[in-house]
Amino acid sequence: MLELILLSLVVAAGTGGELCISRAMKALGEVHDFRPAALLQFAGRAIRLGWMWIGIGLMTLAFFSLLATLSMENVSFVVPVTALSYAAGAVGAALFLREKVTRQRWLGVLIVCLGVTLVWLSRH
Amino acid sequence: MKDSPGLHLKTQVFLLFIAFFAPLGNVLLGKGMKAIGSAQDWQPHKLFPVLIHIFTSGYIWLGTSCLLAFFVAYMLVLTWADYSYVQPASAFSYAVVAFLGLLLLGEKVNLLRWSGIAVICVGVLVVGHTHPQSTEDS
Repeated sequence: MLELILLSLVVAAGTGGELCISRAMKALGEVHDFRPAALLQFAGRAIRLGWMWIGIGLMTLAFFSLLATLSMENVSFVVPVTALSYAAGAVGAALFLREKVTRQRWLGVLIVCLGVTLVWLSRH
Repeated sequence: MKDSPGLHLKTQVFLLFIAFFAPLGNVLLGKGMKAIGSAQDWQPHKLFPVLIHIFTSGYIWLGTSCLLAFFVAYMLVLTWADYSYVQPASAFSYAVVAFLGLLLLGEKVNLLRWSGIAVICVGVLVVGHTHPQSTEDS
């Protein structure tokens, strides 16, 4: 049961963190100037955004949940199961970022979920 | 992506980095965490010593460094190569992690797990072959 909770946290918090950072980056706009001073200025604007901090917090939570999961389960089980983040990412992108997710992408997500189911069943 | 022998070789080297460093990082984290003990035995009031163990583990630092190396290589290669060209390397990493788990940690990987991993790789490849931008600019 604890494994299930931790793996859900890895997937949900990791994907949530990426979505929050993606939202923050979209608010900042595209980077055109790659000179160090301009990049520092960009980073300075990024850390003033709330979404960025929520994203960093969620990704930290996902990292420590991954560590806790790896203390209990084999890496050849844990890492493939975290591929569920493709499904969480597609759902989150559609709902949270209002992106249009194509049929082919949903098909890929469905195949990933099938693979994760097989990996999950291989535990017993 | 512009085609030149030098750029092609550089891209192949970076793709090898990507396919190898993320799984290696996860395997090292796994080894470090197994030495610390199962999270099922962690008491809430003993979490601080566990955190100290984590932050002083060489395997955890090595694993985190490998994941950072992967991230930097991934970001760099995306500045000159197409996402659809780079992405299969990250799909392949699900298989590499199982191989490394088997070879370095002695994990038992049964046929059902290999089949699941193969199906995941196919799914990730299908996701990667969709257009990176599906939302029209407003």
